[in-house]
Amino acid sequence: MNDFPWLSLIILLPLVGGLVTATLPATGSALPKQVALGTATLTFVLSLVVAFNYETGSGFQFGELHEWIPAFGTHYAVAVDGIGLTLVLLTTLLVPVVVLASWNDADAADGTSRASGFFGWMLALEGLALVVFMAQDVFLFYVAFEATLIPAYFLVGHYGHVDRAQRAKAAVKFLLYMLAGGLVMLASVVGLYAVSAQAGHPTYLIGELAGLDLDKETGRWLFLGFFIAFAIKAPLFPVHTWLPDTTAAATPGTSVLLICVLDKIGTYGMLRFCLGLFPEASKWATPVVVVLALISIIYGALIAIGQDNMLRLIGLTSLSHFGFIVLGIFVMNSQGMTGATFYMFNHGLATAVLFLVAGYLIRRRGSVLISDHGGVEKVAPVLAGLFLVGGLGTLGLPGLSPFVSEFLVLVGGFAHHWVTGAFAVTGIVLAAIYVLWMYQKLMTGPTVPEVVGMKDLNAREIGAIVPLVVAMLLFGFYPKPMLDIINPAVEGTMSVVGVSDDDPVVTPVDAEHSQEGQQ
Amino acid sequence: MIDFAKPDIEYGLLWPLLLIFAIACLGVVVEAFLPRGRRLLAQLALSLVGCVAALVGVVMVGLDLSDHGAARGSIVAEGALAVDGPTVFVWGLLLVITVCGLLLFAERRLEGGVSAFAGQAAALPGTDAERVASSKGLDHTEVYPLMMFAVAGMMIFAAANDLLTLFVGLEVLSLPLYLLSGLARRRRLLSQEAALKYFLLGAFSSGFVIYGIALVYGYAGVMDFAGINDAIANETGSRTMLLIGMGMISVGLLFKVGAVPFQSWTPDVYQGAPTQVTAFMAAATKIAAFAAMMRLFYVAFGSERWTWEPMLWVIAVLSMVIGAVMAVAQSDIKRMLAYSSITHTGFLITGLVGIHSADGLADGQITATQSVLFYLVTYGFMTVGAFAVVTLVRDAGGEATHLSRWTGLGKESPVVAGVFALFLLGFAGIPLTAGFAGKWAVFASAMSAGAWPVVVIAVLTSAMAAFFYIRVIVLMYFYEPVGDGPSVTLPSFLTATAIGIGALATVVLGVVPGPLLDLAAHAGEFIR
Repeated sequence: MNDFPWLSLIILLPLVGGLVTATLPATGSALPKQVALGTATLTFVLSLVVAFNYETGSGFQFGELHEWIPAFGTHYAVAVDGIGLTLVLLTTLLVPVVVLASWNDADAADGTSRASGFFGWMLALEGLALVVFMAQDVFLFYVAFEATLIPAYFLVGHYGHVDRAQRAKAAVKFLLYMLAGGLVMLASVVGLYAVSAQAGHPTYLIGELAGLDLDKETGRWLFLGFFIAFAIKAPLFPVHTWLPDTTAAATPGTSVLLICVLDKIGTYGMLRFCLGLFPEASKWATPVVVVLALISIIYGALIAIGQDNMLRLIGLTSLSHFGFIVLGIFVMNSQGMTGATFYMFNHGLATAVLFLVAGYLIRRRGSVLISDHGGVEKVAPVLAGLFLVGGLGTLGLPGLSPFVSEFLVLVGGFAHHWVTGAFAVTGIVLAAIYVLWMYQKLMTGPTVPEVVGMKDLNAREIGAIVPLVVAMLLFGFYPKPMLDIINPAVEGTMSVVGVSDDDPVVTPVDAEHSQEGQQ
Repeated sequence: MIDFAKPDIEYGLLWPLLLIFAIACLGVVVEAFLPRGRRLLAQLALSLVGCVAALVGVVMVGLDLSDHGAARGSIVAEGALAVDGPTVFVWGLLLVITVCGLLLFAERRLEGGVSAFAGQAAALPGTDAERVASSKGLDHTEVYPLMMFAVAGMMIFAAANDLLTLFVGLEVLSLPLYLLSGLARRRRLLSQEAALKYFLLGAFSSGFVIYGIALVYGYAGVMDFAGINDAIANETGSRTMLLIGMGMISVGLLFKVGAVPFQSWTPDVYQGAPTQVTAFMAAATKIAAFAAMMRLFYVAFGSERWTWEPMLWVIAVLSMVIGAVMAVAQSDIKRMLAYSSITHTGFLITGLVGIHSADGLADGQITATQSVLFYLVTYGFMTVGAFAVVTLVRDAGGEATHLSRWTGLGKESPVVAGVFALFLLGFAGIPLTAGFAGKWAVFASAMSAGAWPVVVIAVLTSAMAAFFYIRVIVLMYFYEPVGDGPSVTLPSFLTATAIGIGALATVVLGVVPGPLLDLAAHAGEFIR
């Protein structure tokens, strides 16, 4: 089982499928869409195969190692541990969902279709994102990290409901932010090479780099390069301004891929690289990062409350959620990190539901403004219901999986310091405000004339959302399988950083009890 | 009576260089004796066959180099030239670029049956003589021997092992290029202005070089690089003289590579010269000049490293920053590429300040020579390809180089726009293109020499540079064509081949740069 290059297959499948999709004619034919959906589904099935054969608690698995550029000390090295596998599953689950939900998004009113390009870029993005989550070589990670920008750029700039100039502007803003971060990181990546060469022989394998004896100064500078890039990607206050502009301009499907998959690279990178390679520097930076994360949580939620554009609002809720994830990572205890990793997964599910259902609504009504809607639940109850589920997931309703992760992060926050936890909790209150207000203004009240006669969701649209809702419910009531995968990996990371839960305010056992109590 | 001893020439190592010279001279003979109608084919065949034969020769010479520890090869022609690993590498690269250049020079479909060069350069623009020349469909086939002379000069320049040969190489390569720059068929005044500017400034910088050579000779008492190095190591003579001389020679070399503050000619010449010439010149001159610069600094002034290193730090930073800032403000595609080439000069110098001898590095770590050689390959192919694409986008007045004319190209001609986007992404250094691997190599080289401030500025400039590359992609893809947008003229297989080679190199060197990097490492150090 383990000799077969499963991970390479999972990477290659969407890349090849994307290429095929891109070459098929789209106008007047559903073939490119079917190929894309088929590829994405098959990829998901394959990743499930890997997940079921993953032995929890035995570190990195399914490893493949080949030399790539000997002069640079780089390898094609892929493997997954619990953290990586979680994100791989999230990615492969979301792509078919997005394809199905965005089935007609690239079709113009006059019957022409640009679906082949749209879905081709999506699959390319999936393949590259998977490389990022599996890479065990810093150089390979960096290359894929930067390469994801190309499909993302074209997805934002080329396909969307807003006018061309605004799209182009958003795409360029997105790309320049990302490139700036990526290039800062390049300096650190190159620096790692120089450091590893000094220590003996140049290498980029994470396993070998983690054993390096960095001096304090160097480690902190290199850490900064990585952290800035990940903070822009994640995004973290104050480098988040690309986020609402991008989500407002992109199609909801693209936004799902960008926010729910691509941005996880930022938080994943913090966990894997910042903590894994520069433990001393990470501890050194903790106070600043925690404060930034708290500002993101509260600031993101506050400005989300004031938005009238649905897509901007959902984008900004993510700023708040990424604050939670970063907080969980940098409080440096097992509850926080486990919660953060699980949060990455759950945030993907809940936000995807919100984005996609909002997309359905916008397509029907032709407006992104919340104030243009009202009383939708009377004409389209299924749409409103699914929107509510996504919203309740986002605000952390017990019984849905985001609650579990949010709870763990908060426990971690309080274990770090009660002030940290106190500030973080306000994020939940604010989340309730922006979600319920949005729901109230959109769905309840008198039905506005433009909404009358709106069709409810069809089978395809519901079918795309159902897997996400099922996953949220499943892991909301029974998070054990995911936590079993995540926990050992987090413990590994913690031992690298050299922190332990020796002074817990709440023990993990208590945390589990309290969850059960909630259920 | 002075004894005259017959010089000892190693023909077995030098024949590729001599062959190119012979081809150039033969080209002159062809011009003199063949009727006008048959010249083009003869010249093209001669040059192409000559280049390919010389390329084969370079490979044979390269396989046959003798080993001397870290360096391979030998000093030949009574100490005037050094045929070592880097020389052979650069010669090979120059010849491949030349072949691409030749293909571009020979393109005749774009101008409707004539080449891109003036029908009769001696006819004043706007006169009857010019009209007659163009109505007769005249063509300057002298461009081929001129190009061959320039290539021969570049090959000498890259291999020069003493100061005089360095100067001879510099002049032999420069003079034909001045002429070629002034030969454009369209916008002739602009082209002639460019040629004059290039010539005047070039002559001025040559003056600096020869003065510097005199001073360095005055200090060291010898011309050959190894001798100068010994003199520096033994601290003979006045250091002031050495430093001024070194500075003046650097001025000339930095002028040739277009480094700030000697860059002012670059945009004008790149814009005014026929685009085919720009493509060849931008790539080949930089390759030869960087090879010469490395040899001069590493071999002749190797013991003086601590003096020139800070100077190059500053020049690298200035070139990158000013090149990128100015490029952002450009509205002409050729000028934008010219400023981008200044930025790339800065990146190359960043690599040059790295550690060049393997002694100071870990086993298998990338050396400065290796990184610069690799970068030159990636930059050379992308440059030739990008300028070749510029020749295709045309309107009634010839090439449409104003950026606004490129709006919506992605819709009009997806293939051309796609290839150009590939080159732009390569220039910007997006991973999986050759530009990224090159950038990584020079940054790694500089980082291991402790030049981290330069590297940090380099990555920040890369971000700025990405902005103007991306802007062109945005124009091509995200906007509708305005009015009667530019049309892409379908080229013959000649230009198409050149573009194809460039695009292929950009992708292949981006995905699997390993073999070429190994080759550059195998070239070893400069021989003393």
